[in-house]
Amino acid sequence: MTDVSTDPIYKTDALIAEDIDAYLKVHEHKTMLRFITCGSVDDGKSTLIGRLLYDSKMIFEDQLEALTADSKKMGTQGQEIDFALLVDGLAAEREQGITIDVAYRFFATEKRKFIVADTPGHEQYTRNMVTGASTADLAVILIDARKGILTQTRRHSYLAHLIGIRNIVLAVNKMDLVGYDQSVFDTIVADYTEFAKSIGITAFTPMPISGFKGDNITGPSENTPWYTGPALIEHLETVEVNSATDAEKPFRMPVQWVNRPNLDFRGFSGLIATGTVKPGDAIRVLPSGKTSTISRIVTLDGDLDEAVAGQSVTLCFADEIDCSRGDVIALADNPPQAADQFEATIVWMADEEMLPGRSYWLKIGTQMVTATVQQPKYQVNVNTMEHLAAKTLELNAIGVANLSTDKQIVFEPYEQNRTLGGFILIDKISNATVAAGMLHFSLRRAQNVHWQSTDVSRDFHANLKNQKPAVLWFTGLSGAGKSTIANLVEKRLARMNRHTYLLDGDNVRHGLNKDLGFTDADRVENIRRVGEVAKLMTDAGLIVITAFISPFRSERDMVRQMMQPGEFFEVHIDTSLAEAEKRDVKGLYKKARAGDLKNFTGIDSPYEAPVDPEIHIDTLTMTAEEAADAIVARLIP
Amino acid sequence: MVDAKTLTHLERLEAESIHILREVVSEAEKPVMLYSVGKDSAVMLHLARKAFYPSPPPFPLLHVDTTWKFQEMYKLRDRMAQESGMELLVYHNQEAMDRGINPFDHGALHTDMWKTEGLKQALNLYGFDAAFGGARRDEEKSRAKERIFSFRTASHGWDPKNQRPELWNLYNARKNKGESIRIFPISNWTELDIWQYIHLNDVPIVPLYFAAKRPTVERDGMLLMVDDDRFPLEPGEVPVDRSIRFRTLGCYPLTGAVESEAATLPEVIQEMLLTTTSERQGRAIDKDAGGAGMEKKKQEGYF
Repeated sequence: MTDVSTDPIYKTDALIAEDIDAYLKVHEHKTMLRFITCGSVDDGKSTLIGRLLYDSKMIFEDQLEALTADSKKMGTQGQEIDFALLVDGLAAEREQGITIDVAYRFFATEKRKFIVADTPGHEQYTRNMVTGASTADLAVILIDARKGILTQTRRHSYLAHLIGIRNIVLAVNKMDLVGYDQSVFDTIVADYTEFAKSIGITAFTPMPISGFKGDNITGPSENTPWYTGPALIEHLETVEVNSATDAEKPFRMPVQWVNRPNLDFRGFSGLIATGTVKPGDAIRVLPSGKTSTISRIVTLDGDLDEAVAGQSVTLCFADEIDCSRGDVIALADNPPQAADQFEATIVWMADEEMLPGRSYWLKIGTQMVTATVQQPKYQVNVNTMEHLAAKTLELNAIGVANLSTDKQIVFEPYEQNRTLGGFILIDKISNATVAAGMLHFSLRRAQNVHWQSTDVSRDFHANLKNQKPAVLWFTGLSGAGKSTIANLVEKRLARMNRHTYLLDGDNVRHGLNKDLGFTDADRVENIRRVGEVAKLMTDAGLIVITAFISPFRSERDMVRQMMQPGEFFEVHIDTSLAEAEKRDVKGLYKKARAGDLKNFTGIDSPYEAPVDPEIHIDTLTMTAEEAADAIVARLIP
Repeated sequence: MVDAKTLTHLERLEAESIHILREVVSEAEKPVMLYSVGKDSAVMLHLARKAFYPSPPPFPLLHVDTTWKFQEMYKLRDRMAQESGMELLVYHNQEAMDRGINPFDHGALHTDMWKTEGLKQALNLYGFDAAFGGARRDEEKSRAKERIFSFRTASHGWDPKNQRPELWNLYNARKNKGESIRIFPISNWTELDIWQYIHLNDVPIVPLYFAAKRPTVERDGMLLMVDDDRFPLEPGEVPVDRSIRFRTLGCYPLTGAVESEAATLPEVIQEMLLTTTSERQGRAIDKDAGGAGMEKKKQEGYF
């Protein structure tokens, strides 16, 4: 046996030099495996990746020179090369000696090309690890042989399993530092087996390695004669990739783009999520349910006889049926379902916590809808896997919650289909990706509760009252004068024979919303309910006036979206905080300043002023009477 | 071995890139493809033609030109625009033009004004909100951490610590006012993948990648090609014909050649696999500001 650390067996220099055409033939038909490495700072993760790159000749001489210089300057490995410096790409990472963000690395052997997502280990970077894991076929979980299973081992294993990785390698690293002792390895494997079972991991591949010395990386190490399993590279080269199993499933392809260069051609472009497709196959377009037959699979290189999961293609149908971006083309007699209420696991990824009831964009496949998430059923402690009660989810928190979408989406449980079961949530104001989620199943009530069509329509209600329904949505700081002005507006409208109803903040909290407090989450739910009530009242033909602080822009926008176009009037009752505090009609500012009243808008809870309100009232320059006149004049010109 | 249902690595990379191109066209308002005429651009353009076939790619090509590219590059650029049926926009930074900024007299300022500033000006002028670029993650350390959809502020700056998480193949293309997106469809390709793909798909590339006898001079350890008569020869300096080729292409006075006999694609790949230096070694841009050269440049708006 040779020392593999100095003579990697997967280089193919000989073939390159002797017969480049033969080499190319082999290498142009390699498969690809994407994997992640998880471990903390000290587990030697970056060293392992550096080792894989170095051994597969992905590090060039000029890079090695720079690396050698850097290793002397700030390395942690004495005179040896510190591979970690090679993979930590951001300046801040090199300075602090930690991995912050996911880095993607590439290397290849004769059999496969590999993409490695190097993910950070700290709990505060859980979202980065989930991101790296989402595209991986396999996870390498590193354990320091001297330390055994740690909290982070459990967390990384749980996250990898959660995101659906079924190939797990338990790499017991730094075996050189425990004298290649088999009993150390066996104890760790036994401990891990027990833990793995408890979280549903049924199979994993343990191996004793040293990333630093190169043991069991490319081939069997003479230092571990007691180990008869595969070396890391051998295993990575032969394990089955996801795309192979995806091809066995029923055909589904989300439509990305309709290809229509001229009147004679209409094709539907997308990436096949699962299954295979051939000309002549009967398909069904969802959610419409219309059926047709595949006539052609079109590519620049000529039509295909068959296409499989993982390929980007353009499909043509035999019949002219409606199909556009967001639709899913599926096998006609085995299509996925559509629904609008689900249970899902959610990984929160934003600094700003999740607000139950707030509406977010939800992107799944090529579908983009509005979704609201309910209060979590529970949050998972990622270190102990315990279920904890939670009102919201904070950065890096993982929980299970129900969510509803404003229209039906075509889906499958994440377990069966990553493409039709994995989604992201996007904040409607900041446009940031705030969460990732995995659908478990649809809730039954979505299928059974339909909107009841009534014969007396909303137009009929409005005509009977001889008015156009509207919502006058007052917003402003406590003490700005919302209730006073709203009351005057309603009196004026009543005098004009208009049918109105005033929903007042304080009054609603006595009944409909008496279960809600003043946390951000409760404020969102408060506004959502009021919005729904106001919507029903406009259906009844009423002019609805609401007087709520409604401090968040996104909730006011959410209510705006519930209403018919042109029926929502945002009325900003504008006053300075100093003035409102000076008035302090209810004595609330005084209490808030004293700390007796928590979450008070303007003091310790934010007020987001409207950007472009329909009506702006400056209470510093207008009396309440003048304000009421101005508002009525805008509503009924 | 590979059965019929397991895609090869090039098939998977191609499918991923095409998916990205289509997502951007579906979600962005006014996309553009930055076309630098190099081998990476060549592959990116080929992928775009595949993604939208039989339609031509529904966006223009933008070449932010410095007037100092190799003549062969200008020829291929014009030919490819015609073959692909795409509109070709060529942008020159007028101020750099007026001030006669050139790589011989102005050093780093040349790249800064023609390329970095020129790019910003061009994007602003046409109002493009999404620009495809041919950068790869294996090229450089800070690129390894960059997202496929990379957001730029209104002043085109990059904030590496505040990048959106990118999960599965779900891309969030929603942007704030003034923001624009750089999209890197070939992020996950390596230099070898690019060459293999060019080989398998007969993608047209600039002949300068293949060895031929060309007039050269040696300066500061770099072999430079005397591509036109603007090259200021020093007293006594005479261009020498050498068999050379290029591993990357940029402005000819800034791009070092390698002596080579590799005149065919397999020979070029063979040479690349046997070489011991990285492809960006011939470029001056990465060496500024220590290890963080590219990261710093990107924060300032370099592509």
